[in-house]
Amino acid sequence: MVHKSAEELAKKARQISISEFFEKNRHLLGFDNPRKALLIAVKEAVDNALDACEEARIMPEINVELIQLADDRFRMIVEDNGPGIIEKQIPKIFAKLLYGSKFHKLSSTRGQQGIGISATLLYGQLTTGKPALIISKTEKNKPAHQIKLKINTQTNNPDVVSSETVEWEEKEHGTKIEIDMEGAYLKGKQSVDEYLKQTAIVNPHLTLIYTNPNAEQFIFPRATESLPAEVKEIKPHPYGVELGRLIKMLDVTPAKSLQQFLTTEFVRVGSGTAKTICENSALLPKTRPKKVSRDMAEQLYNGIKKTKIISPPTDCISPIGEKELEKGLRKEINAEFYCSTTRNPSVYRGNPFIIEAAMAFGGEQPADKTVRIMRFANRVPLLYQQGACAITSSLMNTSWRSYGLNQSKSSIPVGPCTIVVHMTSVWVPFTSESKEALANYNEIVREIKFALQECGRKLASFVNKKKRIKDEGKKRSYIEKYIPHVAAALQELIGLDEIKKKKIEDDLAEILEHTRGELEEIKVDNPDYDPELAKIGKEDKKKEEPVEEKKENKEEPESEKKEEKNDKVENKKKPGQQKLM
Amino acid sequence: MAKKTNNVIEKIQDIAQDIYSTIKKIKQPELEMPIRALSNVEYNEKEGYFKILNRVKLRTLTASTIKTFAQTLRMMGLSKSLIESEDIATKREAYYVSKNWGEARFKEQPESDTVMDDVEAMMRVNREQIGFIPEEKGGDVAGKLIVIDKDQDTGKELKIDCTKFGSGAYSVPSSVEALKFETNAKFILAIETAGMFQRLVKHNYWKKANCILISMGGVPTRACRRFIRKLADGKKLPVYVFTDGDPYGFGSIYRTLKVGSGNAAHINEFFCVPQAQFIGITPQDIIDYKLPTHPLKDVDIKKIKDLVKNDPFIIHHKPWQKALKQMAQMKVRAEQQALAKHGLNYVIDKYLPKKLKDQKTWLP
Repeated sequence: MVHKSAEELAKKARQISISEFFEKNRHLLGFDNPRKALLIAVKEAVDNALDACEEARIMPEINVELIQLADDRFRMIVEDNGPGIIEKQIPKIFAKLLYGSKFHKLSSTRGQQGIGISATLLYGQLTTGKPALIISKTEKNKPAHQIKLKINTQTNNPDVVSSETVEWEEKEHGTKIEIDMEGAYLKGKQSVDEYLKQTAIVNPHLTLIYTNPNAEQFIFPRATESLPAEVKEIKPHPYGVELGRLIKMLDVTPAKSLQQFLTTEFVRVGSGTAKTICENSALLPKTRPKKVSRDMAEQLYNGIKKTKIISPPTDCISPIGEKELEKGLRKEINAEFYCSTTRNPSVYRGNPFIIEAAMAFGGEQPADKTVRIMRFANRVPLLYQQGACAITSSLMNTSWRSYGLNQSKSSIPVGPCTIVVHMTSVWVPFTSESKEALANYNEIVREIKFALQECGRKLASFVNKKKRIKDEGKKRSYIEKYIPHVAAALQELIGLDEIKKKKIEDDLAEILEHTRGELEEIKVDNPDYDPELAKIGKEDKKKEEPVEEKKENKEEPESEKKEEKNDKVENKKKPGQQKLM
Repeated sequence: MAKKTNNVIEKIQDIAQDIYSTIKKIKQPELEMPIRALSNVEYNEKEGYFKILNRVKLRTLTASTIKTFAQTLRMMGLSKSLIESEDIATKREAYYVSKNWGEARFKEQPESDTVMDDVEAMMRVNREQIGFIPEEKGGDVAGKLIVIDKDQDTGKELKIDCTKFGSGAYSVPSSVEALKFETNAKFILAIETAGMFQRLVKHNYWKKANCILISMGGVPTRACRRFIRKLADGKKLPVYVFTDGDPYGFGSIYRTLKVGSGNAAHINEFFCVPQAQFIGITPQDIIDYKLPTHPLKDVDIKKIKDLVKNDPFIIHHKPWQKALKQMAQMKVRAEQQALAKHGLNYVIDKYLPKKLKDQKTWLP
């Protein structure tokens, strides 16, 4: 056997650009199948549009249109009324992976890495060979720029196919993108329709117009005229920085001393704390950051851990709010009972975060199925990877039996209930770049559990009340059943006539009901319910129902694949649905 | 007898009238009945039976009691019509009659039996007097006894000679009030198991010992208790009881025969045999006669504890307390037929003669 020399092998090795990497690993960004690809594309475009509007403090108005060009080919058009993008930046923003404004700062925006929209472009380019079309206008009296873009995957640089100035009369400012791509349009729990609907629910300040490939148009008008509080950008907290990041920060900082570095690059570090950190690290505060070696950086890293530093400020994140969250849920689900809670801010690894939860119980929801879970992170719906998400595991580790839901040990509870959990943070820890599931940090899992327990306790008091009323109803019918027998027995014993017998029955009813009081009624009373909205994303497959029903019972909603099957079933209307009254 | 019957009807109507007028006043009616349980009886040796105390339970008409309330009234109605038509119904028949009551019908016979017992206790009479009879057999009799009954058609006297049943036996009827007796036997021997009874009959033990043998077949029925009582009282005969050597034989069979039970507290006065005496098998017999044994089960141990702690009869008699504690220590029990270890007829030739002679080995 002939051995190859190291030089020969070295010739084969070459740098791989990030674009090339994702070209081959598109599933890492969520583009693993045509159905999901279409959803991810819409999601990335809408997330960007919303972030842009909010950052510019503009009430967002977004228009989404999907046009079916062929069996498996779609054109996605997303248009916003955001601030627009200056001509020079357009190519980099849309056609260079990992280019963006959000990665190096910490704020609770939807986008984080600067991958999403360029990856979408890349996906379109890979599946159709066509460039993407971007039009952007920044001011009323200025013309708009229209650019056709491709990505050079070898260099991860934009490849401008054409660039021209056009008139865009009807728009004062905004951006519009058009991308052709391979895809599949289906309804159901993991569909574009469902995604947009949930987005509208948790972003009540958004007006969204959506035209699906069947040319059905949905308009989600905004429910509030106030923008969410402006997200503040914060510097990292020392506890949240890893060694590698620390080394890099030391390398690029303009600070002249270690003490200055600590006080200017981090939040919550004053000169006193900075000195303590240096002391705990056995380093001189005057050390020049550039001179800090790897070993010294590790000393510093361990010194930070040893030092008590107050938690980061929490005013940089803004929750949706209990009321708004519950209102959104009321639109979607017609239930007997709603509750919601917003936890106080908490911190994981130096990042502040807030957990919110809401619940809708009863009504038309099926009582014999696992509860429906709606997950959100920074106001973005999470539709995939339910099983891998910290929200799901917290939910399974909460004991729901005492709150009135059925649950076998550590699994998703069963009952006529929808549970919403929202996490907002300056840095949401996702399990992968496709941003589908929250990572299981202890602090996050614990906070989610507390939020669920808070809602659970409210639910329990409702469920108990409902049970009491049901028992009372049973008792009353019981009374009605036996009153005639008491009367008939007395008739037999002392020979009453029919009139006296009737009178005794009336008297008995009075005696027994007098001691019981008025019967309270529980019913669905929800003026916010929007049946048109609730229907969006659901499939109608009424004919197959009996067969589907059977299949469904065997399935565990654990794995992703099964989950998808389940969705189709769970989302259709059931005439025979059990009403829990 | 006729007067008593009317009394019952009157009493039923009084209760119903009372309920009727309470309802008319828009008040919750109540039914009052004595508590039938060991906690509501007392025992003193002079009277010789479990005497009912005054504690009563009130069944107030509420949403949760209305079904039983209706059933109790219905049962009273059935009783009234039975007395009026001079008919009788067995417990089982009464249960089937309830099937006409629609929603108020009984699901299982034990429910109807309980309500019947309630009505009986409410009237403070024996259930025969309110028209109900048990369908159970009263017990088997063999030996030197002539029972005088009546022919059901002609009303003529019938003399039944209990020596003439060969290897079979005379069966105690469910109602024994009208029976008369002729005998020159010296004692009555009441036996727990049919197996032991068969052995004694087969070998004409009654002839040798000049006695009357009665098989109780477990806990004696009311008819059996009443039969023994009437016979023993009328002919001044001593009653000896021979059961298995276990807590059930002592506490349920012997105790019920002698002083009655908690459940039938209201009628114990008539359904007890105070003169009964326990000859065996005592815990001491197990040792003295080296009997083969079975280990006590958990239920047996529980029963012993319960008897020692809660049974007024056992509490009253020190020797019984001692015997039960002895058994608890030995942790074993022995059956009557364990005597067969020493030979099949050992019980006839040795055990019974020896025991009957030695009063010191008995228990009160």
